[in-house]
Amino acid sequence: MDLVQLQRQLVDYRTSLYHEGFLDEQFTQLKELQDENNPDFVVEVVSLFFEDSERLLNELSKALEQQVIDFKRIDAHVHQFKGSSSSIGAQRVQKLCIVFRNFCEAQNVEGCLKCLQQVKHEYSIVKTKLESMFQLERQILNAGGSVPV
Amino acid sequence: MECNCIEPQWPPDDLLMKYQYISDFFIALAYFSIPLELIYFVKKSAVFPYRWVLVQFGAFIVLCGATHLINLWTFTPHSRTVASVMTTAKVLTALVSCVTALMLVHIIPDLLSVKTRELFLKNKAAELDREMGLIRTQEEIGRHVRMLTHEIRSTLDRHTILRTTLVELGRTLSLEECALWMPTRTGLELQLSYTLRQQNPVGYTVPIHLPVINQVFSTNCAVKISPNCPVARLRPAGKYVSGEVVAVRVPLLHLSNFHINDWPELSTKRYALMVLMLPSDSARQWHVHELELVEVVADQVAVALSHAAILEESMRARNLLMEQNVALDLARREAETAIRARNDFLAVMNHEMRTPMHAIIALSSLLQETELTPEQRLMVETILKSSNLLATLINDVLDLSRLEDGSLQLDLETFNLYSLFKEVLKLIKPIASVKKLRVSLSLAPDLPEYAVGDEKRLMQTILNVVGNALKFSKEGSISITAFVVKPETLRDSRTPEFLPVPSDNHFYLRVQVKDSGCGISPQDIPKLFTKFAENQSTATRNPGGSGLGLAICKRFVNLMEGHIWIESEGLGKGCTAIFIVKLGIPEGMNDSKLPYMPKMPTNHRQTAFPGLKVLVMDENGVSGAVTKELLMHLGCDVTTVSSGDECLQLVSHEHKVVFMDICVPGIDCHRITSRIYEKFAKRNERPLIVALTGNTDKSTKENCMRIGMDGLVLKPVSLDKMRSVLSDLLEHRVLFEAI
Repeated sequence: MDLVQLQRQLVDYRTSLYHEGFLDEQFTQLKELQDENNPDFVVEVVSLFFEDSERLLNELSKALEQQVIDFKRIDAHVHQFKGSSSSIGAQRVQKLCIVFRNFCEAQNVEGCLKCLQQVKHEYSIVKTKLESMFQLERQILNAGGSVPV
Repeated sequence: MECNCIEPQWPPDDLLMKYQYISDFFIALAYFSIPLELIYFVKKSAVFPYRWVLVQFGAFIVLCGATHLINLWTFTPHSRTVASVMTTAKVLTALVSCVTALMLVHIIPDLLSVKTRELFLKNKAAELDREMGLIRTQEEIGRHVRMLTHEIRSTLDRHTILRTTLVELGRTLSLEECALWMPTRTGLELQLSYTLRQQNPVGYTVPIHLPVINQVFSTNCAVKISPNCPVARLRPAGKYVSGEVVAVRVPLLHLSNFHINDWPELSTKRYALMVLMLPSDSARQWHVHELELVEVVADQVAVALSHAAILEESMRARNLLMEQNVALDLARREAETAIRARNDFLAVMNHEMRTPMHAIIALSSLLQETELTPEQRLMVETILKSSNLLATLINDVLDLSRLEDGSLQLDLETFNLYSLFKEVLKLIKPIASVKKLRVSLSLAPDLPEYAVGDEKRLMQTILNVVGNALKFSKEGSISITAFVVKPETLRDSRTPEFLPVPSDNHFYLRVQVKDSGCGISPQDIPKLFTKFAENQSTATRNPGGSGLGLAICKRFVNLMEGHIWIESEGLGKGCTAIFIVKLGIPEGMNDSKLPYMPKMPTNHRQTAFPGLKVLVMDENGVSGAVTKELLMHLGCDVTTVSSGDECLQLVSHEHKVVFMDICVPGIDCHRITSRIYEKFAKRNERPLIVALTGNTDKSTKENCMRIGMDGLVLKPVSLDKMRSVLSDLLEHRVLFEAI
């Protein structure tokens, strides 16, 4: 595929992500922060997000499997997750986290489990999408072009 | 020898024999009839206990009669049969008579004792009769007493009581005379006050310390006294031989004798004397029950009199109170009229005085603008200055008079505290710079932006206080500090009577104005707030004040439920004026208010902050990285930490701002904020503490304010937003985003 096509594909892909609500302006902000001094800022941050999320999701699964569920801890984790996702602009995940928190407050185990599933699902989707986007970007860079803003 | 076969019936020569014969006959007759009579009467009576005695007696008599009867035949010659019958009869008679005689020895004492018993019973009956009579009399007396008491107690009028007593007593006991002697005011004499028979007793007195009177007073029994003693000489000297006289004491109970907890003591008593005289010609004697009656009545009279006295007393007190009430009411109405008149006067004068003042000031200032020679200019300036002073004086006086009668009310509205202080600063800066005084303003970070109160008067107060500081300082500096009073510091030992109570929608603002001027000596401090009282030593130096300024300030401060005072260490050591006022916290900020702190022009906004050292504390790695990048993009030198302790370790005076992500639970922002405060004692060394949160809860913002943070910024933060945030923060040193 040639450069222009790649670039166009990237733009379309990104626009679709915004359209479908996977990402919001926060992501745009992140992109704005990226410059010559810090060319891989977005990738770094997103990778950090992935690491953090894996950890959090593991913790959440473990916590919800306990006999006696510590809702406070769960709430703390979800809060963190919400924070991270909002920092990079993963809108859907963030919204789900809010719902999750409500269930936590209501101490509704069923709700929490269901939410966890949903969050995991959404997270994996957004992760896949971001990874594809990054791959496209890498391809563009390898092809010698510049990533359109 | 004669053979006497038949004896002649009657011996011819014996008269004596004849009489014996007749007597025997009658004896026999009697002897036979007596038992008959006895039997008849005994049969009739049922109670005779000695029947068998009677039988015996009867037998005895019958036999005696028989003997005598048989004797009749012995006068003439009689046969042997007759003789034997005679003998038998005689023998029997002898037997029975002996037995009867023996019996009678027993019986006669018995019979006699019956008689004595009968006598005894008769006596007893007589005695009982007498006693019955006595009891009946006593009952009568009791009834009389009750009736008397009833009469006496049925009225509360002292005179009626006494008169009724005498009348009733007189009637009950059928007295000749009854009199009452009352002690005089001096207590040394007894005066005849009431008598039964005489309508108006003459003021006849006897000294109180006569032995007979003392005797009567010393006991509560009625005492018989001699009719000749002075108190008993109630009738004009006459030839009466008065009957027995009795006197009894009547205690006069005084109100003050009734203690709450014990019965009246009878030791410190005044007594009246009641004298009762029996009719002279009746030879009656005072009976015990009559004396008892008199004693009881005397007691009752005492009680009735005391009741009457109490009633009189309370009536008197009530009348007095009513009079006082009326007088007070009148006084109040007069005072009100006076105040109204004064207010009317002031209002009129105010208007009348201000109009010409206005003209003078306006025209003088216009005149100033025109071309004037130097002397003319000087003159016009003096006119202007004087008229300004006069205008101020008029205003002050009017204000004060309105403050005094409480007709001044605060105009409460929401206003911006920060801009108020800035305004004050602006106003005094010119004067301060002329006098080469440095003025510094320092507002606590937890000072609310907006407050509810009377802005104009608060400004007036601050201006007055600061103006005084300026006036009395020749050189040096003036510092104004304002902060919110924390509950722990509310109890100031110097003002024990001022106890502010913070509540949810009010706070106490404390403003301190410290100057390095001429100070005030401690003994002058109390006079400072008095109207028109000028400090002698300063009056000569600064004859510019009317002395009303501080008095008015005090009134305003009091209206705002606060307290104002001045501290000075002495002459030449400067002084500090401090006041605390209560301001309201406005409910919910309108969106129409500017989100950032306002009124100051934000035209010189920085676009980059090269080298600005910032500390970011965020537990969340991702958002911390984002924030760090944002700040780095703006040129800051950013350090990120992920825990409170790390933050405290690394924070230094080089850091200008500390961003704390507070919506992550587990970070005790309060603790960290206070630690930072502790670490940096001087305000200008301390970094600004700003909270970063995605939490749009209003309480979050209030909490941040309360714990002493300098700002709050809502996430998500864009680059532009961060830029303006930093810019505003560095300029105003406080930034609370509207939620």
